[in-house]
Amino acid sequence: MLPEAVHEYSRALAHQFDDAGQQKEAATLGMWVFLVTEVLFFGGLFATYLVYRNWYPEAFTAASREMLVWAGTTNTFVLITSSLTMALAVHAAQTGSRRLLMMFLVITMALGCVFLGIKAFEYYTEFVEHHVPGLGFQFEAAQFQHAQLFFSLYFVMTGLHAIHMIIGLGIMSVMLWWAYSGVITPEYTNPIEISGLYWHFVDIVWIFLFPLLYLIGRHVHG
Amino acid sequence: MAEHILPKRIYYTIFGILVFCTYLTWQVAYFDLGPLNTIVALAIAVFKATIVVLFFMHVRYSTRLTWAVVLGSVFWLGILLALTMSDYLSRGWVPLS
Repeated sequence: MLPEAVHEYSRALAHQFDDAGQQKEAATLGMWVFLVTEVLFFGGLFATYLVYRNWYPEAFTAASREMLVWAGTTNTFVLITSSLTMALAVHAAQTGSRRLLMMFLVITMALGCVFLGIKAFEYYTEFVEHHVPGLGFQFEAAQFQHAQLFFSLYFVMTGLHAIHMIIGLGIMSVMLWWAYSGVITPEYTNPIEISGLYWHFVDIVWIFLFPLLYLIGRHVHG
Repeated sequence: MAEHILPKRIYYTIFGILVFCTYLTWQVAYFDLGPLNTIVALAIAVFKATIVVLFFMHVRYSTRLTWAVVLGSVFWLGILLALTMSDYLSRGWVPLS
Protein backbone atom coordinates (compact mmCIF):
# COMPACT_ATOMS: atom_id res chain seq x y z
CA MET A 1 0.00 0.00 0.00
CA LEU A 2 1.14 3.49 -0.80
CA PRO A 3 1.06 6.02 2.03
CA GLU A 4 -1.73 8.61 2.05
CA ALA A 5 -1.16 11.67 -0.09
CA VAL A 6 -0.04 14.68 1.93
CA HIS A 7 -2.62 17.44 1.54
CA GLU A 8 -0.67 20.10 3.26
CA TYR A 9 -1.57 23.65 2.29
CA SER A 10 1.91 25.05 2.89
CA ARG A 11 3.46 22.35 0.71
CA ALA A 12 1.13 22.82 -2.24
CA LEU A 13 1.23 26.62 -2.17
CA ALA A 14 4.03 28.56 -0.49
CA HIS A 15 2.81 31.67 1.33
CA GLN A 16 4.68 34.18 -0.85
CA PHE A 17 2.62 33.30 -3.94
CA ASP A 18 -0.86 34.56 -4.79
CA ASP A 19 -1.93 31.31 -6.39
CA ALA A 20 -0.67 27.98 -7.72
CA GLY A 21 -0.35 29.37 -11.25
CA GLN A 22 2.03 32.10 -10.11
CA GLN A 23 4.01 29.57 -8.10
CA LYS A 24 4.32 27.29 -11.11
CA GLU A 25 5.39 30.20 -13.28
CA ALA A 26 8.11 31.12 -10.79
CA ALA A 27 9.38 27.53 -10.59
CA THR A 28 9.42 27.09 -14.37
CA LEU A 29 11.11 30.43 -14.94
CA GLY A 30 13.74 29.73 -12.29
CA MET A 31 14.58 26.38 -13.87
CA TRP A 32 14.82 27.95 -17.32
CA VAL A 33 17.16 30.67 -16.06
CA PHE A 34 19.39 27.90 -14.69
CA LEU A 35 19.15 26.05 -18.02
CA VAL A 36 20.26 29.23 -19.85
CA THR A 37 23.49 29.15 -17.81
CA GLU A 38 23.83 25.48 -18.78
CA VAL A 39 23.33 26.29 -22.47
CA LEU A 40 26.18 28.80 -22.28
CA PHE A 41 28.32 26.42 -20.19
CA PHE A 42 28.08 23.70 -22.84
CA GLY A 43 28.11 26.44 -25.51
CA GLY A 44 31.69 27.32 -24.60
CA LEU A 45 32.72 23.72 -25.20
CA PHE A 46 30.86 23.58 -28.50
CA ALA A 47 32.61 26.82 -29.54
CA THR A 48 35.99 25.23 -28.69
CA TYR A 49 35.03 22.19 -30.73
CA LEU A 50 34.00 24.44 -33.65
CA VAL A 51 37.33 26.32 -33.66
CA TYR A 52 39.54 23.22 -33.58
CA ARG A 53 37.34 21.31 -35.99
CA ASN A 54 37.80 24.16 -38.49
CA TRP A 55 41.54 24.27 -37.93
CA TYR A 56 42.17 20.52 -38.09
CA PRO A 57 39.33 18.95 -40.13
CA GLU A 58 41.35 15.90 -41.27
CA ALA A 59 42.45 14.94 -37.76
CA PHE A 60 38.92 15.37 -36.41
CA THR A 61 37.48 13.23 -39.21
CA ALA A 62 40.08 10.52 -38.66
CA ALA A 63 39.65 10.54 -34.87
CA SER A 64 35.85 10.54 -35.11
CA ARG A 65 36.02 7.36 -37.22
CA GLU A 66 37.44 5.58 -34.14
CA MET A 67 34.21 6.17 -32.18
CA LEU A 68 31.85 3.23 -31.64
CA VAL A 69 28.91 4.31 -33.82
CA TRP A 70 26.62 1.52 -32.60
CA ALA A 71 27.16 2.67 -29.02
CA GLY A 72 26.50 6.33 -29.78
CA THR A 73 23.40 5.53 -31.85
CA THR A 74 22.01 3.13 -29.25
CA ASN A 75 22.60 5.71 -26.54
CA THR A 76 20.75 8.35 -28.59
CA PHE A 77 17.72 6.03 -28.80
CA VAL A 78 18.03 5.23 -25.08
CA LEU A 79 18.04 8.93 -24.16
CA ILE A 80 15.11 9.97 -26.34
CA THR A 81 13.14 7.03 -24.95
CA SER A 82 13.97 8.23 -21.43
CA SER A 83 12.74 11.68 -22.44
CA LEU A 84 9.44 10.12 -23.52
CA THR A 85 9.06 8.24 -20.21
CA MET A 86 9.95 11.47 -18.36
CA ALA A 87 7.22 13.34 -20.25
CA LEU A 88 4.80 10.51 -19.43
CA ALA A 89 5.84 10.75 -15.76
CA VAL A 90 4.88 14.43 -15.79
CA HIS A 91 1.56 13.48 -17.40
CA ALA A 92 0.97 10.82 -14.71
CA ALA A 93 1.73 13.38 -11.98
CA GLN A 94 -0.71 15.88 -13.50
CA THR A 95 -3.48 13.28 -13.78
CA GLY A 96 -2.79 11.97 -10.28
CA SER A 97 -1.77 8.38 -11.09
CA ARG A 98 0.95 7.82 -8.51
CA ARG A 99 1.65 4.25 -9.54
CA LEU A 100 2.20 5.30 -13.16
CA LEU A 101 4.29 8.26 -12.00
CA MET A 102 6.54 5.99 -9.95
CA MET A 103 6.72 3.43 -12.75
CA PHE A 104 7.74 6.02 -15.33
CA LEU A 105 10.32 7.57 -12.98
CA VAL A 106 11.84 4.11 -12.42
CA ILE A 107 11.92 3.41 -16.18
CA THR A 108 13.51 6.83 -16.82
CA MET A 109 16.20 6.13 -14.22
CA ALA A 110 16.77 2.62 -15.59
CA LEU A 111 17.30 4.04 -19.08
CA GLY A 112 19.69 6.61 -17.60
CA CYS A 113 21.67 3.73 -16.08
CA VAL A 114 21.70 1.88 -19.42
CA PHE A 115 23.10 5.03 -21.05
CA LEU A 116 25.85 5.34 -18.43
CA GLY A 117 26.64 1.62 -18.73
CA ILE A 118 27.15 1.87 -22.50
CA LYS A 119 29.20 5.05 -22.00
CA ALA A 120 31.40 3.27 -19.45
CA PHE A 121 31.93 0.42 -21.92
CA GLU A 122 32.99 2.99 -24.56
CA TYR A 123 35.45 4.64 -22.18
CA TYR A 124 36.87 1.21 -21.37
CA THR A 125 37.26 0.42 -25.09
CA GLU A 126 38.98 3.75 -25.73
CA PHE A 127 41.31 3.14 -22.81
CA VAL A 128 42.25 -0.30 -24.16
CA GLU A 129 42.78 1.12 -27.67
CA HIS A 130 45.09 3.88 -26.36
CA HIS A 131 42.77 6.71 -27.30
CA VAL A 132 42.94 8.51 -23.96
CA PRO A 133 45.00 11.70 -24.38
CA GLY A 134 48.15 11.71 -22.28
CA LEU A 135 47.84 8.07 -21.19
CA GLY A 136 49.99 6.27 -23.75
CA PHE A 137 47.97 7.85 -26.56
CA GLN A 138 48.49 6.16 -29.92
CA PHE A 139 47.36 7.40 -33.32
CA GLU A 140 48.74 7.62 -36.85
CA ALA A 141 51.78 9.91 -36.70
CA ALA A 142 50.47 12.60 -39.07
CA GLN A 143 47.43 13.33 -36.92
CA PHE A 144 48.89 12.44 -33.51
CA GLN A 145 48.71 15.87 -31.84
CA HIS A 146 45.43 17.04 -33.34
CA ALA A 147 43.67 13.73 -32.78
CA GLN A 148 44.51 14.17 -29.09
CA LEU A 149 42.62 17.47 -29.23
CA PHE A 150 39.57 15.67 -30.58
CA PHE A 151 39.75 12.99 -27.90
CA SER A 152 40.31 15.61 -25.17
CA LEU A 153 37.15 17.42 -26.27
CA TYR A 154 35.33 14.08 -26.57
CA PHE A 155 36.18 13.06 -23.00
CA VAL A 156 35.45 16.48 -21.50
CA MET A 157 32.12 16.95 -23.31
CA THR A 158 30.79 13.41 -22.84
CA GLY A 159 32.23 13.34 -19.30
CA LEU A 160 30.42 16.53 -18.29
CA HIS A 161 27.31 15.20 -19.97
CA ALA A 162 27.63 11.96 -17.99
CA ILE A 163 28.03 13.96 -14.75
CA HIS A 164 24.79 15.74 -15.63
CA MET A 165 23.16 12.34 -16.14
CA ILE A 166 24.38 11.17 -12.71
CA ILE A 167 23.02 14.35 -11.08
CA GLY A 168 19.76 13.73 -12.99
CA LEU A 169 19.59 10.22 -11.51
CA GLY A 170 20.01 11.76 -8.04
CA ILE A 171 17.20 14.24 -8.70
CA MET A 172 14.93 11.46 -10.00
CA SER A 173 15.66 9.39 -6.87
CA VAL A 174 14.36 12.27 -4.74
CA MET A 175 11.33 12.64 -7.06
CA LEU A 176 10.64 8.92 -6.71
CA TRP A 177 10.73 9.27 -2.92
CA TRP A 178 8.44 12.31 -3.04
CA ALA A 179 6.04 10.48 -5.36
CA TYR A 180 6.03 7.46 -3.03
CA SER A 181 5.59 9.47 0.16
CA GLY A 182 2.72 11.50 -1.24
CA VAL A 183 4.36 14.93 -1.53
CA ILE A 184 3.46 15.01 -5.23
CA THR A 185 -0.25 15.53 -5.81
CA PRO A 186 -2.18 16.67 -8.90
CA GLU A 187 -2.23 20.10 -7.21
CA TYR A 188 1.53 20.08 -6.65
CA THR A 189 3.48 18.70 -9.61
CA ASN A 190 6.10 21.45 -9.94
CA PRO A 191 9.06 19.34 -8.70
CA ILE A 192 8.34 16.62 -11.28
CA GLU A 193 7.89 19.18 -14.06
CA ILE A 194 11.07 21.15 -13.45
CA SER A 195 13.10 17.97 -12.87
CA GLY A 196 11.73 16.92 -16.26
CA LEU A 197 13.01 20.17 -17.79
CA TYR A 198 16.50 19.29 -16.54
CA TRP A 199 16.29 15.73 -17.88
CA HIS A 200 15.14 16.93 -21.33
CA PHE A 201 17.93 19.50 -21.41
CA VAL A 202 20.55 16.79 -20.82
CA ASP A 203 18.92 14.86 -23.68
CA ILE A 204 19.23 17.92 -25.96
CA VAL A 205 22.96 18.23 -25.23
CA TRP A 206 23.39 14.63 -26.37
CA ILE A 207 21.32 15.31 -29.52
CA PHE A 208 24.12 17.70 -30.57
CA LEU A 209 27.06 15.66 -29.23
CA PHE A 210 26.05 12.53 -31.14
CA PRO A 211 26.48 13.79 -34.74
CA LEU A 212 29.42 16.08 -33.92
CA LEU A 213 31.48 13.39 -32.18
CA TYR A 214 30.40 10.10 -33.76
CA LEU A 215 29.33 10.82 -37.32
CA ILE A 216 31.58 13.50 -38.83
CA GLY A 217 33.97 11.03 -40.49
CA ARG A 218 31.55 8.40 -41.72
CA HIS A 219 31.11 9.64 -45.29
CA VAL A 220 34.85 9.40 -45.98
CA HIS A 221 35.50 6.03 -47.60
CA GLY A 222 38.64 3.94 -47.35
CA MET B 1 -4.88 24.84 -11.28
CA ALA B 2 -5.50 26.36 -14.68
CA GLU B 3 -2.81 24.40 -16.45
CA HIS B 4 -2.59 22.66 -19.73
CA ILE B 5 -2.33 18.87 -19.54
CA LEU B 6 -1.07 17.66 -22.90
CA PRO B 7 -2.66 14.50 -24.25
CA LYS B 8 -0.27 11.53 -24.29
CA ARG B 9 -0.80 11.24 -28.04
CA ILE B 10 1.38 14.34 -28.53
CA TYR B 11 4.25 12.79 -26.55
CA TYR B 12 4.11 9.57 -28.60
CA THR B 13 4.05 11.57 -31.85
CA ILE B 14 7.07 13.65 -30.82
CA PHE B 15 8.88 10.49 -29.75
CA GLY B 16 8.18 8.92 -33.16
CA ILE B 17 9.57 11.99 -34.96
CA LEU B 18 12.68 11.95 -32.71
CA VAL B 19 13.32 8.27 -33.44
CA PHE B 20 12.90 8.84 -37.18
CA CYS B 21 15.24 11.88 -37.11
CA THR B 22 17.89 9.93 -35.19
CA TYR B 23 17.71 7.15 -37.77
CA LEU B 24 17.96 9.78 -40.53
CA THR B 25 21.01 11.48 -38.93
CA TRP B 26 22.74 8.13 -38.60
CA GLN B 27 22.01 6.96 -42.19
CA VAL B 28 22.70 10.26 -43.95
CA ALA B 29 26.15 10.43 -42.30
CA TYR B 30 27.32 7.60 -44.59
CA PHE B 31 26.57 9.52 -47.79
CA ASP B 32 29.21 11.90 -49.05
CA LEU B 33 27.52 15.29 -49.32
CA GLY B 34 30.73 17.28 -49.03
CA PRO B 35 30.45 20.21 -46.62
CA LEU B 36 26.70 19.62 -46.45
CA ASN B 37 27.17 16.57 -44.19
CA THR B 38 27.72 18.67 -41.09
CA ILE B 39 25.04 21.18 -42.06
CA VAL B 40 22.42 18.45 -42.57
CA ALA B 41 23.39 16.76 -39.28
CA LEU B 42 23.17 20.04 -37.37
CA ALA B 43 19.90 21.03 -39.06
CA ILE B 44 18.32 17.75 -37.94
CA ALA B 45 19.77 18.22 -34.43
CA VAL B 46 18.35 21.76 -34.20
CA PHE B 47 14.96 20.47 -35.36
CA LYS B 48 15.04 17.67 -32.74
CA ALA B 49 16.06 20.09 -29.99
CA THR B 50 13.27 22.48 -31.02
CA ILE B 51 10.49 19.89 -30.77
CA VAL B 52 11.87 18.64 -27.45
CA VAL B 53 11.81 22.22 -26.10
CA LEU B 54 8.37 23.04 -27.50
CA PHE B 55 6.51 19.86 -26.56
CA PHE B 56 8.42 17.72 -24.02
CA MET B 57 9.43 20.87 -22.12
CA HIS B 58 6.01 22.48 -22.69
CA VAL B 59 7.45 25.81 -23.84
CA ARG B 60 4.83 26.02 -26.58
CA TYR B 61 2.24 26.30 -23.79
CA SER B 62 4.31 28.50 -21.48
CA THR B 63 4.02 32.23 -20.77
CA ARG B 64 5.73 34.87 -22.89
CA LEU B 65 8.23 35.49 -20.12
CA THR B 66 9.40 31.86 -20.38
CA TRP B 67 9.56 32.23 -24.17
CA ALA B 68 11.76 35.31 -23.73
CA VAL B 69 14.18 33.44 -21.45
CA VAL B 70 14.37 30.43 -23.80
CA LEU B 71 14.95 32.60 -26.87
CA GLY B 72 17.46 34.61 -24.83
CA SER B 73 19.59 31.49 -24.32
CA VAL B 74 19.62 30.86 -28.08
CA PHE B 75 20.44 34.51 -28.75
CA TRP B 76 23.40 34.58 -26.33
CA LEU B 77 24.65 31.25 -27.62
CA GLY B 78 24.52 32.82 -31.08
CA ILE B 79 26.63 35.77 -29.90
CA LEU B 80 29.14 33.37 -28.31
CA LEU B 81 29.54 31.31 -31.48
CA ALA B 82 29.33 34.18 -33.98
CA LEU B 83 31.86 36.46 -32.31
CA THR B 84 34.25 33.59 -31.62
CA MET B 85 34.13 32.39 -35.21
CA SER B 86 34.31 35.91 -36.67
CA ASP B 87 37.77 36.03 -35.12
CA TYR B 88 39.03 32.52 -35.89
CA LEU B 89 37.59 32.22 -39.40
CA SER B 90 38.86 35.63 -40.52
CA ARG B 91 42.46 35.13 -39.39
CA GLY B 92 44.79 35.40 -42.33
CA TRP B 93 42.30 37.29 -44.49
CA VAL B 94 44.30 40.46 -44.09
CA PRO B 95 48.09 40.03 -44.36
CA LEU B 96 49.86 41.67 -41.44
CA SER B 97 52.60 43.97 -42.76
